[in-house]
Amino acid sequence: MAVGKNIRYLAAPKLGMMRKKYCRFKKSGIKYIDYKNPEFLLKFVNEQGKILPRRLSGNSLKYQRKVAQAVKRSRQLALLPYVTDLLK
Amino acid sequence: MNQYETVIIFTPVLSDDDMKRTEEAYKDFLRSNGGEIVAEEHWGLKQLAYNIKKKSTGIYYVLEYKGPSDITGKLDIQFNRDENVLRFATIRLDKYSIDYNERKRRGEIGRNAKTGAHAANKLNKEKEKAEA
Repeated sequence: MAVGKNIRYLAAPKLGMMRKKYCRFKKSGIKYIDYKNPEFLLKFVNEQGKILPRRLSGNSLKYQRKVAQAVKRSRQLALLPYVTDLLK
Repeated sequence: MNQYETVIIFTPVLSDDDMKRTEEAYKDFLRSNGGEIVAEEHWGLKQLAYNIKKKSTGIYYVLEYKGPSDITGKLDIQFNRDENVLRFATIRLDKYSIDYNERKRRGEIGRNAKTGAHAANKLNKEKEKAEA
């Protein structure tokens, strides 16, 4: 059965395990998210300046709320834009 | 007594002397209303992310102070009267943010921090591991 050997992998084999997402604030023990630090908050917005959802950022609900709050405060103070293109 | 933090954006046309005078005026106002200045920060002229009152830059100034709860309302009125203030935001600090600001002032937060919370946490975890 030489043919059987050749078609063993019809679907591409998975390269490594899917990495599990984690909440970086819980992991590193950050309790307060500073709205005065727009460079850090850039990690949680997309190119248009929208806040990334939890399913992408991996934040826990508690810290996602704080991130959202910080991004919104930052926008108010013109440290982050409300709308743009090509932010990153 | 609460601890507050106010970020103020002044117009870029303000001269250095005027800046100092207005800052002093606000600090005096806080003190005369039962406030106590904890810290202040000058960020200088910064590019705004979007135009405010047709200005694309602004002078950022951060004040941290303790005071009774009615102090913020009084301060808001002062800011609204002042034409040199493009925008301001006052935020009540909780215990985590007070702690954060103190550590930031000691230079323990940021990329160059050696003894930041992250490092301390790591150390603690390593210690726990070693003990276990």
